[in-house]
Amino acid sequence: MIRVVLPFQLRMLAGAIDGEVTLAVDGPVTQSSILDALESRYPMLCGTIRDHATRKRRPLVRFYVGNQDVTHDAPDAPLPAAVASGAVPFNIVGAIAGG
Amino acid sequence: MTAVRVLVGTKKGAFILSSDGKRRKWSIAGPHFAGWEVYHMKGSPVDPDRIFASQTSAWFGQIIQRSSDGGRTWEQPGSLDAAPEEAVSPAEGPPMPKGESNKFVYDTSAGSGKPLTTHQWYDGTQHPWEFARVWHVEPSPTDVDVAYAGVEDAALFKTTDGGRTWQELAGLRGHESGPGWQPGAGGMCLHTIVLDRKNPQRMFVAISAAGSFRTDDGGRTWQPINRGLKSLYIPDPAAEVGHCVHRIAMHPSRPETLFMQKHWDVMRSDDAGATWHEISGDLPTDFGFPIEVHAHEPETIYVVPIKSDSEHYPPEGRLRVYRSRTGGHEWEPLTEGLPQQDCYVNVLRDAMTVDSLDPCGIYFGTTGGQVYVSPDGGDHWSAITRDLPGVLSVEVQTLA
Repeated sequence: MIRVVLPFQLRMLAGAIDGEVTLAVDGPVTQSSILDALESRYPMLCGTIRDHATRKRRPLVRFYVGNQDVTHDAPDAPLPAAVASGAVPFNIVGAIAGG
Repeated sequence: MTAVRVLVGTKKGAFILSSDGKRRKWSIAGPHFAGWEVYHMKGSPVDPDRIFASQTSAWFGQIIQRSSDGGRTWEQPGSLDAAPEEAVSPAEGPPMPKGESNKFVYDTSAGSGKPLTTHQWYDGTQHPWEFARVWHVEPSPTDVDVAYAGVEDAALFKTTDGGRTWQELAGLRGHESGPGWQPGAGGMCLHTIVLDRKNPQRMFVAISAAGSFRTDDGGRTWQPINRGLKSLYIPDPAAEVGHCVHRIAMHPSRPETLFMQKHWDVMRSDDAGATWHEISGDLPTDFGFPIEVHAHEPETIYVVPIKSDSEHYPPEGRLRVYRSRTGGHEWEPLTEGLPQQDCYVNVLRDAMTVDSLDPCGIYFGTTGGQVYVSPDGGDHWSAITRDLPGVLSVEVQTLA
């Protein structure tokens, strides 16, 4: 199972999720496949991480694996094996900006 | 037994303030949508338990929330059919619909008014329309499932299914003046929607910084209604569009009469916006954001003067609501119960409202997190609360 960490606002939006989300992902584990699975399970998150129309990442959302910033990796590029095995979570982070 | 429910949108969530008809003792519920900006909440005149809320974030986008129980619980109407416990893999296909109520997609089809695709940017170049957020939701006075949404970048959307889906009324953005519209300091937002209860085909909107517009055919076509406005900060002070209108108010019994708080100047029209004349009169400053009309006295209006476009706080640090009982020109300061020294808050355009009790209650919220009420038409004020996040909007529901 894939582990995903959501920022506070999205955990609240998805129904006051406490802690991590675990997801089953079919096929290669990539940003896109994780987000597809996440949005399928929590439809209310559609549009909050990726734009409704373009499906591109919203500008102030970033992705981390451990300390590694994978935000600008190709959406369909395989993520590190540690994410696929569930050893390390896929972190979705709101950029530190604003008040 | 009458009661009031005050819907407060703030920079960090939504709050609901409740009281009986005396409006002296209050309970506060919230925050709802904690950590999110709530630009606006408004209840349906048809069913006061139906409330729409615009929950928004520069990080995570736009969410439309809807309550069916007076704000106790909320749902996203476009995600209702998807049960989280029914998790499926992408290969099985997603449950439907998926956040449809949060989609505000500009209409670019030629058959729907031929909306233009660019507007004027800060540097004078043309810039594509980009959706940012919903500033204002205006429920229909006759149909619980119909509501309008004013958005940034400026456009008007409509739902006919209780907020599950939204479609643009593209004739507005398709007006030939569109390339001349430009953003104000707060973005290029459609922030005011005024419905004419006597004529369902007529409505008014205001855009910063384009001006005010009217439709007489239910939103299919629009005309600018800015004749008489003078804005010294634009190349042609009397241009057809380009004015930074901050707010328009109307008394339901007199839909031909409109009151406007402009960037500078308080204005009045008695011909449904065809012409305007200034009524700033003896105000200490005619800059400000909100304007409201007394519920039972169509010639009694309220504004909150702000020092200037560069200094968004009350003159002399004294928070004063000004009331005119003569439809403008002659104004009196209302100060009883409001801070009269060292007060440097602002009152935003959607943050003042009136209830329909007798005597009429006036409410406003500040960027400092205070929400004030006057249960007697403005003569006496008290703070319902002083410690909310910065207030973006205030609406009130009068409950039987």
